[in-house]
Parts: sequence; structure tokens; C-alpha cells
Amino acid sequence: MPKILISDSTLRDGNHAVRHQLSRHDIATYAEAAEDAGIGVLEVGHGNGLGASSMQVGLSKETDTTVLETARKQLSNTLLGVHVIPGFATKERDIQNAIDIGVDVFRIASHVTEADITQRHISYVREKGKKVFGVLMMSHMANVDVLVEEALKMEYYGAQGVIIMDSAGTYMPSDVAERITALRAALEGVVGFHGHNNLSLAVTNSLEAIKCGASMIDGCAKGFGAGAGNTQLEPLIALCGRLGYDTGVDLYKMLDASDVAKTFIDEIPTIAPTSIISGLSGVFSGFLKRVEVVSKEFKVDPRDVFLRLGELKVVAGQEDMIVKVAIELSKKGA
Amino acid sequence: MTKKIKVGIIGSGNIGTDLLMKIQRSDVLECEIFVGRNLNSKGMKVANKAGIRISDKSIQFFIDEPEAVDIVFDATTAEFHKKHAPIFSGLGIKVVDMTPSKIGDMCVPAINLAKCSNSYNVNMVTCGGQASIPIAYTIAKTYPSVRYIEVVSVIASKSAGPGTRDNLDEYIENTENGLKELTGCEHVKAIINLNPADPSIDMQTSIFAQIEECDISLLEEPIKNMVEVIQKYVPGYKVAIEPVYENSRLMIMIRVKGLGDYLPSYAGNLDIINCAAISVAEAMADNLLKERGGNA
Repeated sequence: MPKILISDSTLRDGNHAVRHQLSRHDIATYAEAAEDAGIGVLEVGHGNGLGASSMQVGLSKETDTTVLETARKQLSNTLLGVHVIPGFATKERDIQNAIDIGVDVFRIASHVTEADITQRHISYVREKGKKVFGVLMMSHMANVDVLVEEALKMEYYGAQGVIIMDSAGTYMPSDVAERITALRAALEGVVGFHGHNNLSLAVTNSLEAIKCGASMIDGCAKGFGAGAGNTQLEPLIALCGRLGYDTGVDLYKMLDASDVAKTFIDEIPTIAPTSIISGLSGVFSGFLKRVEVVSKEFKVDPRDVFLRLGELKVVAGQEDMIVKVAIELSKKGA
Repeated sequence: MTKKIKVGIIGSGNIGTDLLMKIQRSDVLECEIFVGRNLNSKGMKVANKAGIRISDKSIQFFIDEPEAVDIVFDATTAEFHKKHAPIFSGLGIKVVDMTPSKIGDMCVPAINLAKCSNSYNVNMVTCGGQASIPIAYTIAKTYPSVRYIEVVSVIASKSAGPGTRDNLDEYIENTENGLKELTGCEHVKAIINLNPADPSIDMQTSIFAQIEECDISLLEEPIKNMVEVIQKYVPGYKVAIEPVYENSRLMIMIRVKGLGDYLPSYAGNLDIINCAAISVAEAMADNLLKERGGNA
């Protein structure tokens, strides 16, 4: 049976949906349930990863140290993972601190065309003997050749695998098949896929990725996550079982874990009109909450804000552009 | 004709080559030597074509010819500058350090030009630091009770050469050090984001501050004055979003358009740190010319 490593980002990507307000209690209870279910990797932290708590992308309720220490106590077989974006997180301040706390897996991420900014962070983690993967965010913004080239760079820097993110939830299964097939042929290490559900295709796309050779899949309990949410783990794990893939996750216990997650999920993700616009425009779904708040404040249509952000090709980390676009649009409308 | 002070550039990447083009317009600086490691690099070819003397001997050039220049711009990397600094100091050559090495005196001309013009080694902080620190300084002066300052710079992907990409951690550390030192605010954060948008976006920097009670009208005048001071040496510097205050959070956004010397005008990041460096080097040169004039 082909083995599939499940990387659960309920406590990391999910944190976007509650403006990074997950508490130590939420983290402890869900980590315990994830361990019990046999999850492979549990990612924990601010939605934008280590060192990202900021006015720009949102201040966390808890510090990185608190959340990592809290999760560490609950995990023994499940590996503890973090998301790291160079430009937010530094090696000495953030990565070393996470290593000291006992983080097992580091996922070093960049925008799909900027893999070279991950070089020193990937090699640092590798030298310290920890597991390290490269993550290419907004992977739809590059063509397949560029995507493969950037993934190869990460592997060359020392990454033991590369995960591509459909950050805006814009892929069709055929897009996923083309990219994962190309990466599987080019890379030696693990190929992973991280879906978003803007167009209701996250689980379908993840299964397509597995069919084409991906062996690491990201998802969240109840699909918890920014905007329309992430790949929902419960049906994914159920379907992997039906198709004969070994995730090592106990389905009933995963269903129990999703009930634990319900205690901190304010709103189960649904495919809201703005999420569909986000998927179509190819804009990072993590922008959704902020776009809604800002659009209300400036009395503009959030759909217009998204389409304009799509035209400007904004990338994660440029949340300040939302205000700028809203002001522009409100002036036009006035 | 006024006499000029002879300067050298070490490091033939984007920063070094752009500095060369700016020095050629200076009334008091004259580029005597352009130094790198590879005579075939793009920057070397530009310098050679401009009739500037070039060398591929790196730091050894200055050891061999210590009298050649009075001031050197170090546009290598933080790691190299750590080796270069004691050598230049021993040779009595003043240094304008373009790298985030944390060695020299933090220099932001709009704040401390006079002091830095007497230093032997000045550090130009970072591009984001040059764009944000003057505004952060103005905020801290107006509201000394400011509890937290955060600066976020977005630069065009194409404007970031291999040195910049390799030095993101040093960029963050040096920007934060500069912010702390020059604003007096202890709790600061710097973030940098490379934007691959095509066509390339102009450099932009947002400055956030946590202030309990803030009347933004009090900031209008001091910020306007500060921007005018900066525009004297960085013509493309302007406020893109006027101060906005909500929930104890003050935000201002700056945009910097470059002069388009070596890289196109979107590379405001390159321009602002280089314009600042030229400004302090010219002040150093003025001092040297005065001293020499006095001795003559």
C-alpha cells in the first residue's frame, strides 16, 4: 500500500481564519487528539509561520515559544512542524528557538519564483539534523518549467522534499496532475500538495496529486483555514482508505479530532462568494478576512477589491495593499 | 574648478555600479578606482566603459595603494566587510559601509548627517531602514510614549541581487538595530518581502506604530518637514498613504521611485540607500576639503 504522509495544518493555516487567536488550550487539546489519531506531522503557529506575528499580517494571541512548547508536550509519535518564511523569520532568532524547543519538521517557504531566499534557512536546518522541506507558495503564478526549476533549487539547498501550495484555491485537477507529474519526474525527495477549497476541489485535487506521485498531503480538520478553507482531512483520510493508500491515520479518531477542532472554529469554512472570486482571481485566500473588514470600512465591494488585487498580482505579505486598493476604489465610487 | 575628494568602490554588483553612476554627478567626489573580483562582471564592464580605473584584486588593491583614495564605499557583503573594516581603519581610509555588517555608526542622513560626517566608518543600515527610520524617528519624537514600531518593506524581485537575497536575516537584524538606536523605541520589528509582480512595483515601506492616544493632525507638520529633508537627497521619496489611525495602530506608507541610474526606477530600494551614502560621503568630503583648504 503506498504510504501518504499527512501534514495537519489545523493549528497553523487554520489560525488565519481566527486572526491568529488560537489559545494554548486550543493547541493542547487538538494536539492531543491529532497524536491519538496518528497524524504524521502537526504544524503549529501563526498563519504566516515563525516570527510573523505583526501589525502587517496580524498579531498572535500566543507567542511562538508558548504554542510550540504547548504542542511539544502533547506529541510523541506525531512530528511537530513549523512554517517558516524568510523575510519574517530569521535563523538565529526564530529557527534556533524552535530547534531548542524540539520542533521536528521545518517547512521553509517562499513565493513560487523566489526559492533562492530559502537557501540559507534550508541549509541551516539541515546542518542541525532536522527534517526540512521546501514550500512553494502561490504555485499557480509560475509555469510548470519555472516551478520545477525552483523546486530543484530547494532540493539542491538540502530540502528533503518540496510541497506546492495552491494558495488561492485556483487549480483544476488537470493543473495539479501536470505539475505533480513534472515534479515527481524531476525531484529525488518527497513531493507534496497543499490545497485550498475556493472552487470546491481541494479534496479532489489532493487525490489527483497522490495519483500522480505526491506522498505528502496537507489538510485541516473541518477544512479549517483562511477563506474557503483548506483540504478537509476527514473525507481525505476516508477516501485514502477506500483507495488503498496508507495514511497511518485512524479514521474514527480523526473524526473525533475534528469534533475537538469544532471548539475553536468560529465558523466552519464555506465557499462564500468572495472565496469564489478569490479562486478565480488567483489571489491568496489569506487576504479574505482583511478584505472584508477593510471593504466594509471604506464602503466598497470586496469582489472589486479582490479582482483589483488580482490585477496587481499581489503576493502574501502585501496585506497593506488592501487598504490602498480600497481607498482607490472608494474615491472612484465617490 | 573645485577640487574633488578621491573615492573608491569595492563590490561590483548592483549597489556598487549604481553608486559609480551617482558619483559621476557629484561636485565633490571623484571615483578613482572600481574594485571587484572579476574583470568580466557586468559592473566592471560599465566602469571600464566609463573610463574608470578598475581592479580585480579586491581588498588587496587598497593595501597596495593606500594613498589612492580618502573614502571607500564597501558594497560587498556583511561577511566581507567584517574582514575589510580593520584593514581600512589601519590604512586611514574612511568607510561608507553599504552592507548590514553592524560595524560602523548607524547613518540616516535626515537624522544624523552632521555627526556621521566625522565618523571613520558609517553603516548605511538597509534600504528599508533608510526609508522607514526617518518617519519612525518623527513619530517617536512626537509621541515619546510609542510602545512598538514595525516597518515592512516590499521591494521588486528584480531589484534584489544575490547579495540581498542571501542577507535577509542580516537585513532584518540591521534594520531593527537602526530603528532601536535612532528612535529609542525598544520594541521594534522589521519585515521584508520580495515582490515578483511584473511589471515591477516601486519600493514601498509601511511604518506601523502602537500608540495609545494619537492625534494624527499633530504629525502632519513634522512628517511634511522630514519628507522635505529626505527629498533633498532622495528625489523619488514620497508619502503614498497619509497617516491612518485605528485601534491604537498608526500606519503610514512611503513609496520610493529610483532615479533609474543603473537599474530602472522601480529599484527605489537601491536608490535610497545609495543616495543616502552619497549624501554622507559628500559631507565627509566637504570636511576634508575644508581641512585641506585650511592647511594650504
